[in-house]
Amino acid sequence: MELSGSQMVIEALRKENVSVVFGYPGGAIMNVYDEVYKQNHFKHILTRHEQAAIHAADGYARASGEVGVAFVTSGPGFTNAVTGLATAYMDSIPMVVISGQVPISMIGTDAFQEIDAVGISRPCVKHNYLVKDVKDLPRILKEAFYIARSGRPGPVHVDIPKDVTAQIGHFAYPAEIKMQTYKPTYKGNPRQIKKAIEAIVASKRPVLYIGGGAINSNAAEEVREFAKICGIPAVETLMARGVMGHENPLLLGMLGMHGCYSANMAMSEADLMIAFGSRFDDRVTGKLSEFAKHAKIIHIDIDPSSIGKIVPIDYPIVGDLKNVIEAMIPLAKEHVEADRYKPWRDLLNRYNEIHPLKYEDSNEVIKPQWAIERVGELLGDKALICTDVGQHQMWSAQFYPFSYPRQWLTSGGLGTMGYGLPAALGAKVAMPEKTVINFTGDGSILMNIQELMTAVESQIPVINVILNNQFLGMVRQWQTFFYDKRYSSTDLTMQPDFVKLVESFGGRGFRVKSKEEFDKALEEAVASNTVCMIDVNVDRFENVLPMVPAGGTLYNMMLEYKE
Amino acid sequence: MEHIRRVLSVIVLNEDGVLSRISGLFAGRGYNIDSLTVAPIPKTNLSRLTIVTSGNAPVLEQIVKQLHKLIPTYKVIESGQFVEKELALVKIPLNEDFNGLDAMLKAYNGTIASSGEEFIVVMVADDYDRIDNFLKAVKKYNPTDIVRSGSVALDM
Repeated sequence: MELSGSQMVIEALRKENVSVVFGYPGGAIMNVYDEVYKQNHFKHILTRHEQAAIHAADGYARASGEVGVAFVTSGPGFTNAVTGLATAYMDSIPMVVISGQVPISMIGTDAFQEIDAVGISRPCVKHNYLVKDVKDLPRILKEAFYIARSGRPGPVHVDIPKDVTAQIGHFAYPAEIKMQTYKPTYKGNPRQIKKAIEAIVASKRPVLYIGGGAINSNAAEEVREFAKICGIPAVETLMARGVMGHENPLLLGMLGMHGCYSANMAMSEADLMIAFGSRFDDRVTGKLSEFAKHAKIIHIDIDPSSIGKIVPIDYPIVGDLKNVIEAMIPLAKEHVEADRYKPWRDLLNRYNEIHPLKYEDSNEVIKPQWAIERVGELLGDKALICTDVGQHQMWSAQFYPFSYPRQWLTSGGLGTMGYGLPAALGAKVAMPEKTVINFTGDGSILMNIQELMTAVESQIPVINVILNNQFLGMVRQWQTFFYDKRYSSTDLTMQPDFVKLVESFGGRGFRVKSKEEFDKALEEAVASNTVCMIDVNVDRFENVLPMVPAGGTLYNMMLEYKE
Repeated sequence: MEHIRRVLSVIVLNEDGVLSRISGLFAGRGYNIDSLTVAPIPKTNLSRLTIVTSGNAPVLEQIVKQLHKLIPTYKVIESGQFVEKELALVKIPLNEDFNGLDAMLKAYNGTIASSGEEFIVVMVADDYDRIDNFLKAVKKYNPTDIVRSGSVALDM
């Protein structure tokens, strides 16, 4: 079949069963957009900024588990996309991002809207391509999708010069992928698995340390089964919320900087840590020399470079988590006695009773934690939860009752403010039957506010709940704790009327100052079937607690803040 | 922890931008490159890079893993069993007294590579530490320019 480069892009997306593309056109990618106009295989959603197109594709990928796809143009179109690529790369999210480029003959001449896109994207994508000949395009697109979704997933960037999108070439989409140099390991080494089981049998205080890999590997069911068979208590990272389910008696909660006391104590007092697709982020470990210092460590990860990167590992297993746990389960059934860990479980449950996650509720002013809990009570597992970055993000992670994987979308590794709204759009497109809530802050929401227009135009009803404390709250909190209350550039008292703002885009706004108003606004928002903004006035000086200060130790948390 | 010198032989797909992926990896993650050479492997679609790096043991382990992680990387060879050679070119003014130069070149597998009206260029190929020694010794001829190639290595 003879096709132009642009037609090849459309055909390849069809072969990959892509149902939606987020994007923003421009000069260098116009040929592709001309073919988008002519086709009806996938829906194109026009965002109002390239960064948002990438975050929306990311949100789509996180909610659905499929590869997210976005189109942007060259130059500023591409540089706007970089934050989105880096966000997805840090959290291992599968995406294919196609950018236009100036024609090959003009590359290197500082042409209009020219930038060295692959040079810029190289450190923030899993792989990238500059297509120099249309005959390579089918293979490159096939490889891009394969690389994005296989192994440790990640974004792949394909930069296509404008003349290549116009050239005619032979299109035969490869049925099979043959890559000489890229072969991820899926199956764990049976000998290592056996040793890991022996280590579990020998341990008295084991803990499961579950990371985002459990979600990427679609291994939640296996993780839950393994935990149950072994009777081993579990902690989740920010990225892993929802894997165990909030009602699971073995789940202690989130660990790390704003983790709960019992989860952090479990890590500190464990004699064996079983890391399931987690990467020992500094926000998780605190001071490394004191991190889980009594524990031997089993680490299962599909990325060999994650193993031993931060801490030495006693039992490394390279492989796909789901696959490896499936191999561990029969051995665990045979050898591990769940009763053996009862005293350990009892101890951790006692820790949880002594220092549970808590906040002091008020009838004068809405506490941000209350608002999150309240959404949890009213919507529970019917809602997907997205966030921006800051205090509201940590409170959401702490207080929302997550029931299943892919219910929770947040920028964990990069911590990208402005992620929430566009990611919520992507999530809603992937899961239209769910209510999609974006918990956001009065700082974050303004970073991609233009996406209200996308939501209205493409009829994607998501609900933004602004926990409005008129502060850049997390930075304000650090200034309170560590900078003698010098509130340098964190007071956001100057702000728009969010209700009028959303209404000017054609959505619905609610201003909330009491619990009664909150319930009513949420109910109306859910029923409204349009994009909504609930501007919740919350306690200005509420802090996220407990807290392990940066570089502090997990077993020495700040449980309360005293003036 | 002990700082270790390590020679890595990295076989990669010979494609656009592969060198920038490797050098960018080292720069971005703060790894050292003491020398780097690259050339295609004849009759294949592959290139061989010889990278001399240094770091403590965990850093070296991470360097190898990160190199493996790059999509165009075919193989990373880090065996201690390398034949490692480096080449140096040295430009010496003709008005110097060359007494003993011949013997020195002989001792370091060297030769006179070229001679012109004002200069001669001598060339030596040897182990990298012996090149160090040669460059110290050759100073007495007041060389005006010195260029080293970086190591090339072949695993045994």
